[in-house]
Parts: sequence; C-alpha cells; structure tokens
Amino acid sequence: MADTHQGETRRDFLYVATAAVGAVGAASAVWPFIDQMNPAADVLALASIEFDTGTVAEGMAVTVKWRGKPVFVRHRTPTEIEEARDVPLDELRDPQTDASRVIKPEQLIVVGVCTHLGCVPLGQKPSDPRGDYGGWFCPCHGSHYDTSGRIRKGPAPRNLVVPEYKFVSDTVVRIG
Amino acid sequence: MAAKFDNSIVRWIDHRLPIFSFMHHEMHEYPTPKNLSYWWNFGSLAGIALVIMIVSGIVLAMNYTPHVDYAFDSVERIMRDVNYGWLLRYMHMNGASFFFIVVYIHIFRGLYYGSYKAPRELLWMLGVVILLLMMATAFMGYVLPWGQMSFWGATVITNLFSAIPLVGDQIVTWLWGGFSVGNPTLNRFFSLHYLLPFVIVGVVVLHLVALHRFGSNNPLGIDVKSSKDQIPFHPYYTVKDAFGLGVYLIIFAGFVFFAPNFFGEPDNYIPANPLVTPPHIVPEWYFLPFYAILRSIPDKLGGVVAMFGAIAVLFILPWLDRSPVRSGQFRPIFKIFFWVLVVDVVALTFFGGKPPEGWYVTGARIATAYYFIHFLMILPLLSVFETPRQLPKSISEPVTGGGAGFAGATAAAREKV
Repeated sequence: MADTHQGETRRDFLYVATAAVGAVGAASAVWPFIDQMNPAADVLALASIEFDTGTVAEGMAVTVKWRGKPVFVRHRTPTEIEEARDVPLDELRDPQTDASRVIKPEQLIVVGVCTHLGCVPLGQKPSDPRGDYGGWFCPCHGSHYDTSGRIRKGPAPRNLVVPEYKFVSDTVVRIG
Repeated sequence: MAAKFDNSIVRWIDHRLPIFSFMHHEMHEYPTPKNLSYWWNFGSLAGIALVIMIVSGIVLAMNYTPHVDYAFDSVERIMRDVNYGWLLRYMHMNGASFFFIVVYIHIFRGLYYGSYKAPRELLWMLGVVILLLMMATAFMGYVLPWGQMSFWGATVITNLFSAIPLVGDQIVTWLWGGFSVGNPTLNRFFSLHYLLPFVIVGVVVLHLVALHRFGSNNPLGIDVKSSKDQIPFHPYYTVKDAFGLGVYLIIFAGFVFFAPNFFGEPDNYIPANPLVTPPHIVPEWYFLPFYAILRSIPDKLGGVVAMFGAIAVLFILPWLDRSPVRSGQFRPIFKIFFWVLVVDVVALTFFGGKPPEGWYVTGARIATAYYFIHFLMILPLLSVFETPRQLPKSISEPVTGGGAGFAGATAAAREKV
C-alpha cells in the first residue's frame, strides 16, 4: 500500500514537472512572435532630426515631423512666456513649471499629439483656434492647452509631451 | 441517423465519410419549431453576409497594396482600372454595413425573445465573441484604404489602449510597430484583417453546434414539447430563408448600385496626412453607440472601460435577467423597457455622430447611463417583480388548442407580433 502511494506521488511530480517545463518552453517560443510587432531597427534608427529654430519668427510656429509625429516649435512672444510663468501650479491638472518644459524660454518645443487620443491639436497657424488659454485646441474631443503646452481643460490627462532635445548650436536643435 | 441515399457513389462516400448523413441530419431533417417568424431569418442572413465579405475581400486583396505610399492609389486603381473593381469594392464597403445591420437585428431579436437564457447561454456568448471579432475586423479593414478617416480612426482607437495604467504607452507602440500609426501598422492590420474573418467562421461553426444542441428558440419562448411542435428545416425554412435573402439582396444591390457611399465618410477620399487631423472625426456608423459611450465619460480610462463594458455586459446577460420566461411577448413590463433600450441605442448612435458639445454631451451621458441601468438594474429587478402572463402549454396550443386541428385566424395574428 505504502509503495503504491509513493509511486503515485512520484508520477504526479513528473507530470507537474513536465507540464511546467513545457509551459516555460512554449512561453519563450511565443516571445519572438510578440516582439516582432515592436518597432524594428530601421524604425528606431530614424529616431532623431535637426531643425534650425532661427527660421521661426517671433509669434510664429512651425510643425516638423519626428518619428512620424508632428513636433510643434513655437517662438513665443514675451507675453506668452509671461502668461505661462504666472500660472499657479495648483491650477494645473498635470503640474509642471514652464521653466521645466523649455531650454530657451522663447522656443517651446512639444510633440503635437493630444495626450487624450492622439489627434493633432490646432493652433499652429495664426488663423487656427488656440483654445481658452492661448496655446492649442484639440478639435477631436475639446482639450485646451496653454502657452506652455499644458493641459488646462478637456479630457486629456497630461501636458503635451516635451521631446528629448538639445541645442547643437545657437539656433539649431536636435530632437531625439 | 444514417440516411438512405439513392446514388451509389454518394452511398460509397457516405459509408466512409458520413458527410452526406451529417448534412441531411443538420440541414434537411433538422427539427425546427414551426412558429418561427421572419425575425429568425437574420441568423442565416448573417452567415451569407459573412460569405459575401470573404469572397469580395479575397479578390480585393489580389489588387490591393498594403503600403503607406501605395495603399490609397491601389484602392483608386481598383475603382477605376480593375475590371469590376468598383463593384467588388462597393460590395465589400456596403457589405460591412449590411453585415452589422443584420447582426444588430439578430441581437435585438435575441434580446426580445430571451434567446440568451438557459440552456442557450454559451450560444449567446459565442455570438458576443463573433460581434467583437467583427468589430476588430471592420476597424482594421477601414484603415486599409489609407484615407484621412482611416489614419485618424486608427490613431484614436489604438490610443484607447494608452489608457491602460503603467504599460499603456508600451502597448500602443507595440500595436503600431513604431512611434505613430505608420507602415508597420498598415501591414499588420492587413494581415489580421485577412485572418480574422476565418476566425469568425470558426466561431460561427461553434455557434451552430451550440444552436443545434437544443434547436432554435421561438417567438413563444417555450420549449418544444413534441414532434407536433416541429417541422423539418428543409424545405420549410430553407424556402423562408431564401425568400428573406432575396429581399435582402434587393436592398443591398440598391445601395451598391445607387448609393454606394451612403454609409461612408467623404474625408476618407482624402489621402492620409499624419500632420493634419480632420476637424470632425467620426467612426463608421456601426461603432457610433460605443463611441458615444466612450466620449460621455469625462475620464480617459473610465471612457475606455465603459466602452468595453457595454459589450462585456452582454456576456453576463444570461445571469442578469433571471426571469424564467424567455419571450418578451409574455412579459408586459420587460416589453416596454425593451423598446426603451432600442430607442436608447438609436439615441447613442445619433449622439456618437455629433460633435461633443452643448446638449449633445448631456444627451449622450443620459443615454449611456440608461444603457447600463437597463442591463445592470432594470433586468435583474424585473426578474423579481414582474408578473409574466400565462404561457401556452405548447407551441401548438395557441394554434390548434392543443390538439391536431387548426384555428387559423387567431394563430396568424399572433405570429406577426
């Protein structure tokens, strides 16, 4: 009796061990099939661009394409910078100071993709609506951004993303 | 089960591979309640709509190029240069809308007559799986022409997944295969758009296996008591389904030939531009109720959860409505709320197509709230408090008084309800 019982336990252990090894093996074999959907090497290689901000006059804005997305480069006026700095942080949904969002205060560089569901907000052309806070307005679901690209009103949860960038000369900026 | 066949070749094959016996059993002698109304046409109609989509889709794929630089032009080439390309594409475009019309009617028929109740819960849930697969397939198919609505629809819908806490952004990048909707996205959508219809076929087979286990529900919602309540599927329902199919094809052809862009968005004839969002993005009409629910919750994650919840609630419907009476015909209060739900879903469709401003927002929120109240509160409460009307003893009873005779006039009036 004792022998039979022991034999069953050992066999159960073998079943469980075999199934566990099989499951781990199958799971690792699945990974390449999942990972192939992530950005490929050539997509990652195109990840940075250079742009001369000297071409943008004060008060104007330019859209450049980076990683397939629009990037807004806005040469802000002193009033716009003033407005962005004067906002008390507790009024913001996603609190960030204006200073933490720029390298040079005149050049605001943000990814032009609404943090709600990814539409491109309006406000780059002088004729566009800029929303209640003078920045950008997303027509899809009505999000308003201020002159620092921070979310002020509407469904978007976060501020417009500031991409990683640095000035490689006085006016030329490398994004990415 | 083994049927007798006259043809000796058929007999030879059937002895080794009982395919003819199977077909005879499931499509010919298959006993079906004798009181099915025309609302029961929409199941087989949905199957035919699926076949039309697969056949037209396979030949369209022979002429389509899944690349961001060529997709739009290849679709225009199908429209202008490929022989009958315009016809095939318009069949596929309108076929999608008609498939959803048929399936939505099929679903509402199930809701009214309690077709989701025991023992048909799994049959119903497989149907919900089919609906989800259809939505995924339709969404990815709409991206393929690479017009403005294709691109921005894809952007907005894939961005829904960014609402998932912690890993949302990684998931979206993984779905895109890049940092925005682009060529890798288009390629994988094409691949999956080709695959999923065949997955749907697989689930449809399971749906039919589950259906044939207990047979169709019927307008009275009571179980079949004897063979007197049933008639063989062929020729009685094959001919009824064939007649319905004829009517359906006339209406379908009417749209394909005379109003092929009725269900479409003009903006999708503008090539995709990743730098300019159209001022008013709307999904295809069949997604509008869900889009309205998404937008009425003023929180990103909450909106996404509510939208998927609107379908999830259908999964658990058999356990929300505990009333033992299936058919709405015998449930005086349920019947009223059923029609309120129909109006509510039509209202959601309307609000989903309007910009999210002013009273549209309020209206959409009320309609969204009611949708969930119907399933999560009204149905469970009704199953406790409603007194259903007396059920007939059998399917034959209202017609024949239980015996074998005929009491034609009153029976005919009943069947039209």
